[in-house]
Amino acid sequence: MRELVAIRTEDVLPDAAAVLESLDVPAGAMNGGRSDRLVREAIGILAAEAAPKGVFEEISREEFEAIYRGEGRNASETPLDRIHPRATDLGLFAGTAGEAVSARIAGLFDSRDFALAASLDAAASHAAERTGEILRDLFVDRLCARARSAPRPAALAYSPGYCGWDVSGQRALFAALRPQEIGIFLNESCLMQPLKSVSGVIVAGSPEIHVFDDSYPFCAACATHGCRDRIRHATAGAKV
Amino acid sequence: MEILQRIAQELELGEVDSVGSLTREAIAAGLAPKEILDRGLIAGMNVVGDKFREHEIFLPDVLMAAKAMYAGMDELKPLLVRDGTPSRGKIVIGTVQGDLHDIGKNLVAIMLRGAGFEVIDLGNDVAPARFVAAAKDSGASLIGMSALLTTTMTAMRKVTALLAEEGLKGKVRTIIGGAPVSAEYAREIGADAYAYDAANAIQRVKEMIG
Repeated sequence: MRELVAIRTEDVLPDAAAVLESLDVPAGAMNGGRSDRLVREAIGILAAEAAPKGVFEEISREEFEAIYRGEGRNASETPLDRIHPRATDLGLFAGTAGEAVSARIAGLFDSRDFALAASLDAAASHAAERTGEILRDLFVDRLCARARSAPRPAALAYSPGYCGWDVSGQRALFAALRPQEIGIFLNESCLMQPLKSVSGVIVAGSPEIHVFDDSYPFCAACATHGCRDRIRHATAGAKV
Repeated sequence: MEILQRIAQELELGEVDSVGSLTREAIAAGLAPKEILDRGLIAGMNVVGDKFREHEIFLPDVLMAAKAMYAGMDELKPLLVRDGTPSRGKIVIGTVQGDLHDIGKNLVAIMLRGAGFEVIDLGNDVAPARFVAAAKDSGASLIGMSALLTTTMTAMRKVTALLAEEGLKGKVRTIIGGAPVSAEYAREIGADAYAYDAANAIQRVKEMIG
């Protein structure tokens, strides 16, 4: 199963509160003020410039293991080491908010519209994340359509650069998925171009497979521990 | 109200046009460019930095003030160059190799310029050798490095190691920042300082070379 997906821009636009939160503006602190207006302007630019799209492709466990080994630079133990063998289905994905948005952010910084540039940057990050979520949900939709009697699996995405999966893993992921077809490329440091892009593996299965403690050595240096919210979301309503 | 005070106040409000025109007015009145810089623009940015540190204002406010600061600097820069006025110090800054998250780094660069430092911004995904070469080429006495990912913060160690290898440790000092790094990590990799946010970075840089 491989699918190229054009996504509607309105489906990836964040709300102003989320962007303000990304800019560390406390909820309500600037309600109706100039930060509010700025963020709304940024979302307007995003709506005009974004061209979200993505690709996903189902892969076997063996294929993923080879991709995950990558160049042998992962942490010695990672959550995915334990999670992926218990998955029922695996899919690679890559998505982007589009090159025009990244170019516009750079242009705003160059023209010293720093505040608008930072607001657009934050809004575009949300759009890229949302693109990834849409691809994940579509992948699960396709799985469900294929196996009509099965319950909908809990799916989470994991990406190179996070949770012990070294960013060099992007090379193997890109070789397998070929997102160049939709205009996403890797540079020498394994960073994606356009900048506002996401990639990784979608792991589908029972909710409990996604549960892990944030006690890996690399977790100590993680500032967000965003995995906690992701796990809570993936396991909501399930007994794990 | 004294014109320099007005420049500082308009800058705090992010009033780009006012800061530009008031700076021109101050120049026309015969005030020394260095005095306009220190008591007008930098004084205003210092207040902005203090308020940001105290969470009285937020990132968008700082960035709007920075744009106003640049408008004033546009007027002053040719005069400062003509007078041979030295900057407070030269700093090479960048996001480390493999990392594209540069909003925090951009903010630090903008605020450092606002505080009167000369900043050579190498952008994101900067290889260790490039940091060191830029410091050598420019004569900068400080390298600032930013990382957002636990998987890329290790590149900071390569820069401190390279500086030591080239006999530059102590001559070119280092400061690190970004979500996954800490004071303890700075000590572990031999960096000279750690900053927990942009306002703190400016404070630490002033202590180190200002």
